[in-house]
Amino acid sequence: MAANKLRRKLAPNEWEITVVDADDNHRYQPGYLFIPFGTYKPTQVTKSRRKALNKDVPLVYGEIDKVLPEENAVLLTDGRRLDYDVLIIASGVSPRPDQTDGMTGEEWGKSVFEFYTYDGSVALSKALANFDGGRLAINIVEMPIKCPVAPLEFAFLADSYFKDRGIRDKVEMTYVTPLPGAFTKPIAAEAFGNTLEEKGISVEADFMLMEVDNEKKALVSYDEREVPFDLLVTIPLNMGADFVARSGLGNEINLVPVDKFTQQSKQFDNIFALGDANDIPASKAGSVAHFEIDIFVDNFMQYIADKPMSHKFDGHANCFIETGAGKAMLIDFNYDYEPLPGKYPVAGVGPMSLLKQTRINHLGKMAFKWVYWNVLVPGRPMPVGALMSTTGKRTDLIDSK
Amino acid sequence: MATTTINGQEVTVDDEGFMTNYDQWNEEIGKSLAAAIGVDMTDEHWKVIHFLRDDFKAQGVTPTIRRVSTAGGVDTKRLFTLFPKKPAKKMAYIAGLPKPAGCV
Repeated sequence: MAANKLRRKLAPNEWEITVVDADDNHRYQPGYLFIPFGTYKPTQVTKSRRKALNKDVPLVYGEIDKVLPEENAVLLTDGRRLDYDVLIIASGVSPRPDQTDGMTGEEWGKSVFEFYTYDGSVALSKALANFDGGRLAINIVEMPIKCPVAPLEFAFLADSYFKDRGIRDKVEMTYVTPLPGAFTKPIAAEAFGNTLEEKGISVEADFMLMEVDNEKKALVSYDEREVPFDLLVTIPLNMGADFVARSGLGNEINLVPVDKFTQQSKQFDNIFALGDANDIPASKAGSVAHFEIDIFVDNFMQYIADKPMSHKFDGHANCFIETGAGKAMLIDFNYDYEPLPGKYPVAGVGPMSLLKQTRINHLGKMAFKWVYWNVLVPGRPMPVGALMSTTGKRTDLIDSK
Repeated sequence: MATTTINGQEVTVDDEGFMTNYDQWNEEIGKSLAAAIGVDMTDEHWKVIHFLRDDFKAQGVTPTIRRVSTAGGVDTKRLFTLFPKKPAKKMAYIAGLPKPAGCV
């Protein structure tokens, strides 16, 4: 998206843009949520990276060994070297089950699953189809994770899925989270918490996972609580790419520390990290990357003209939350404002409602796949503002909390 | 934002009692805050608290448990022993730092 937008802005005789990626499979990651329930077939979430990229941007297939920031160069594992004037790191985060004791033990792939990778979501779809009842634990190992609402959505959709199969009364569902409640922000946490309760899903809060006990088939926390399961759907620790660590550019979970308004590296002026790869205190969500890149492109034009970067990203995020039975909720928030009730994108009108379960929100979520491929990835303008608006929102609720 | 008196010194705190001004903190205040939540401070506790304060000064945010364990060198299990039940919150409270963001 950044490459497509920049290619249109930058003079071809002055700037070359090269993208490095491992393969040609661009995954629609929001679709992973739907694969386990059979709503999407695996083939529906993949398209060619090459085709999504501006034809004047070369795509180099390869694995990055490391960045040499002092030499302004990127080394690939096969020995190739790419020199740069400016480097943009957009390598995201990946689930790392190997970082939790016991998680990749004997039960991995038998009763322990994740849906944050293509292979994981496909494997889980088979496990769910064979699950006829028992204890289902849905677990978040540690924040931050990609798409922080996805585990909630998984819980809501699983509830509907078991109802449709007529076995909901045979499934005991527990939502096991390191957070004090259902979500990170208080007003939304209350709304989501109520939805979990309505659906008969119990919450095990403040649960810092120490290990997965394969023998007992239980989650064990540092404060020695145990949650037994017959089927575990976990969101493993999310970490940035290993090459970031090898290059000395990352923090303890391989995220690149950046200025939260401009996404410029705190260590090197000519390195920017966009999307999930950076450490800004915003949600790791596609919407954040999209709004961030809109602001980044304007800043980048100032940066290369040796002017101060005057545009400030505000941490704007919005997320649809599937709540099952053809309905969804929507939240819209930024660094300063937590998700509030109201209407979106047009204040007072909508058509979508914030923090409420509606059919329209669900249609918005399903339509988003088209928007993703046809508007966002090609870098075409979206008709919603990159910065968040408080107009039409219940800001009075903040003080009442 | 409210003001309260700890050890005869006036400090500003948020509605949950977390101190809001980095420079108003000293070890005596830390000790009183620890006592208020039932933590008996040892050298090992102080090592953690000083790591939190130094790291906050350098990074501008309260470190996460993972950061205290990887960069501060005290493993998570031990942190749960030193600051039972909710180490992230308790450490920040004693160190006079904002409540950890818990992420977003």
